[in-house]
Amino acid sequence: MADNLLYFTELLSMPVLDLKHRRIGRVKDAALVPREHAARIDRFLVGGGDTWLTLRFDQIQSIALDTGIQLSDEQLLPYHDDEYMLRIGRDLLDQQIIDVTGRKVVRVTDVTMAVQHDGQRDILTVLEVDIGVRSMFRRLFQGILPGRWVRRLQSRIPPNSIRWEFANVVEPDPLRRLRLNISYEKLEDMHPADLADIVEDLAPAEREAIFDSIDSEAAADALSEVEDPKMQASILESLETEKAADIVEEMAPDEAADILSELEEETSEEILEEMDSEPKVEVQELLEFDEDTAGGLMNTEYVVLHHNATVADAMSALKGNEELLESLNTLFLIDEEEHLTAAIPLARLFLASGDSRLKDLASETLIQVTVEEKQDRVTEYFDKYNLLTLPVVDEEGKLAGVITADDIISLLRQK
Amino acid sequence: MPKVLERFRSNILIFLAVLGPGFITAMVDNDSGGIYTYSAAGAKYGYLPLWTLLPITVVLIITQEMCSRMGAVTGKGLSDLIREEFGLRITFVLMALLVLVNLTNVMTEFAGVASSLDLFHVSKYISVPLAAIGVWFLVVEGNYRGVEKVFLIASVIYVTYIISGFLVRPDWKAAAINSVRPILMLDSGYIYMLIGMVGTTIAPWMQFYLQSAVVEKGVTAKEYAASRLEVTFGCIMTNVIAFFIIVACAGAIWSVAPKDIKDAADAAVGLKPFGQYAFLLFSAGLLNASVFAASILPLSTAYSVCEGLGFEAGVNRRIREAPVFYFLYTSLIVVGAGVVLIPKFPLVQMILLSQVLNGVLLPLILIFMVILINKRDLMGEWVNPRWFNWASWATVVIMVGLTLALTGMSLRQGPG
Repeated sequence: MADNLLYFTELLSMPVLDLKHRRIGRVKDAALVPREHAARIDRFLVGGGDTWLTLRFDQIQSIALDTGIQLSDEQLLPYHDDEYMLRIGRDLLDQQIIDVTGRKVVRVTDVTMAVQHDGQRDILTVLEVDIGVRSMFRRLFQGILPGRWVRRLQSRIPPNSIRWEFANVVEPDPLRRLRLNISYEKLEDMHPADLADIVEDLAPAEREAIFDSIDSEAAADALSEVEDPKMQASILESLETEKAADIVEEMAPDEAADILSELEEETSEEILEEMDSEPKVEVQELLEFDEDTAGGLMNTEYVVLHHNATVADAMSALKGNEELLESLNTLFLIDEEEHLTAAIPLARLFLASGDSRLKDLASETLIQVTVEEKQDRVTEYFDKYNLLTLPVVDEEGKLAGVITADDIISLLRQK
Repeated sequence: MPKVLERFRSNILIFLAVLGPGFITAMVDNDSGGIYTYSAAGAKYGYLPLWTLLPITVVLIITQEMCSRMGAVTGKGLSDLIREEFGLRITFVLMALLVLVNLTNVMTEFAGVASSLDLFHVSKYISVPLAAIGVWFLVVEGNYRGVEKVFLIASVIYVTYIISGFLVRPDWKAAAINSVRPILMLDSGYIYMLIGMVGTTIAPWMQFYLQSAVVEKGVTAKEYAASRLEVTFGCIMTNVIAFFIIVACAGAIWSVAPKDIKDAADAAVGLKPFGQYAFLLFSAGLLNASVFAASILPLSTAYSVCEGLGFEAGVNRRIREAPVFYFLYTSLIVVGAGVVLIPKFPLVQMILLSQVLNGVLLPLILIFMVILINKRDLMGEWVNPRWFNWASWATVVIMVGLTLALTGMSLRQGPG
């Protein structure tokens, strides 16, 4: 089995032999053409004399570690940079890629390929990218010690590799992404917090590339999870206004407002301009408040009912707000003047019959703060009354928004 | 008028947002080795060496500016860039050298801790282990932002040198004249001293630390103007401190009787006749500088190595997530502090070795830097302008020449 493997470091400087077994040059690099095949090495770049030649995979007869590459067709064309090529040595080796299963950014030290005979010729396919100490050893000693020794010595070091299909190449240039068939779909399925960790590890241009190509919903979730507000702002700033607006629309209004307030006024205005009217108004309202007040902390994602409503009414209201369900734990009641009258813990609904009045299920004391309340006081309330959700009212006692425990946790962690 | 005020306010805010990396790096440049070099210069040659500070500042600004620009534009550390552009083998060799150079540097820092606290009659068997443990916990338990604040405060403590400079009541007129009047003497000791002053100014680790710190801080190409200002300001401050160290030693030691001093603590003792405060402030400054550099060097080394070789790094990661990083970091501190405690350990030879390795490593790194910063696919519009390239290459040539000269001279006659 092991003999069917070939490492990229071994392929480099392997001799290329013509039909009469004369050496015409050595391998300088190898390339995939991802639009044709995701893993097959399609071209070999051969350095002979002054120029590099391009060798297509179907011009090869055999590939062997000891003898080199034997050609079946020796008509090689001179190499010219091909936009559709992903060159292993230039574009992959020593660069950072995303390990989708390991959920982190890693640096490529070597590439493991398989040699398979398809009846006519030997074909090389990329199996894994290698990252650990083993591949490092190989890189350092290849060409210094005899190849067979390097293989034997390295086998004592535990391998550390990522399957090629789970390795995501990072390419900042959108045109090249298209030509090389690079997509970040796999990243969209990741947990947003993991994706945020990954982008935090990348350079700005690469961050932008990822946010630019994944769908707005995944981008919004990941952006909310990025810890540093300054980084959030600079990511948003780097995107096209339209894309930025799409992402902001998908975010919770309070988080959207937080990020927009980090941006320069001109940029945030431009983004708001591009947004749909409904989320835009919510965000704009939140932007009015000072960052360190209850108004600056709150979001507008809550469910509110009339104070004479029944449990059945509440159920149907929840059906209309399914997107909120994941984090919802309290319902609010208001009177005719929209004044907040009661808060109902959601769990009490399960024990009540459909026609009972909601206000009978309300918490004994209604704890609320005004939009002007200082941040410190708000956290104190959460601690003192063991709250999950705290309603925020405006000067007239009208419900303006809610602060949830996760907002408080983020706030405390930032300190 | 309010518009101008508004602009001013927002400029100050941007400046504060990027404040840290450049200033800290420049300050750590005056570590215990640097303080010794400046003290020795002042004690032996009085005000004469002051003129070198101006060119030193310029050279320092040129190199530091390149690093912070690369950090801000690419968002990658220097070792990252070297790895990506020059491959694993070169990176590995550079990193191995960097670890060796910095290990010897860490030793000199802990030796500085030992000798400065020795002035207060604290045994080195107490001071050094305590400092080592303190440094380890500061960085491992803190987050980077908190640590950066501690570092910034440590930078402010350098003010002690300015005050002790005043307390000594030096000859300000001579100091002023000699700051702008270059004097060359064909005295081998004098030339050695001049080269030493320039040579201690730019160390390999600084380039790595500064660039990573700029990246960590999230400075963007847009804020870069503020960052450049910060770097420049830091470099100037560093040399202002150096000026006062030289002046203090010139006023206190040279004006009485020019002599060779054997370490920085020796200089502090020389200030004693000018009052307890001058002595106290000078030694406190030395302690601060040593601890400060001892905190940054191991951290920066472990960080650069892991970045370049592709291991997980960063104080925000847990030990199990970044084992290589913590192993390197801890070993540098333990070994660096440990050897200071070994009786009869050949510390002087170690410092010599460190200078030689420094001389080998620095030219390589400066050359890589200038090559990297001229790559258009990395730097885009931020590549060196042509005139700056001339300045950069001239700096590289001067630094390489001086470092090699220093190395050669150290090898022949030993330091001092």
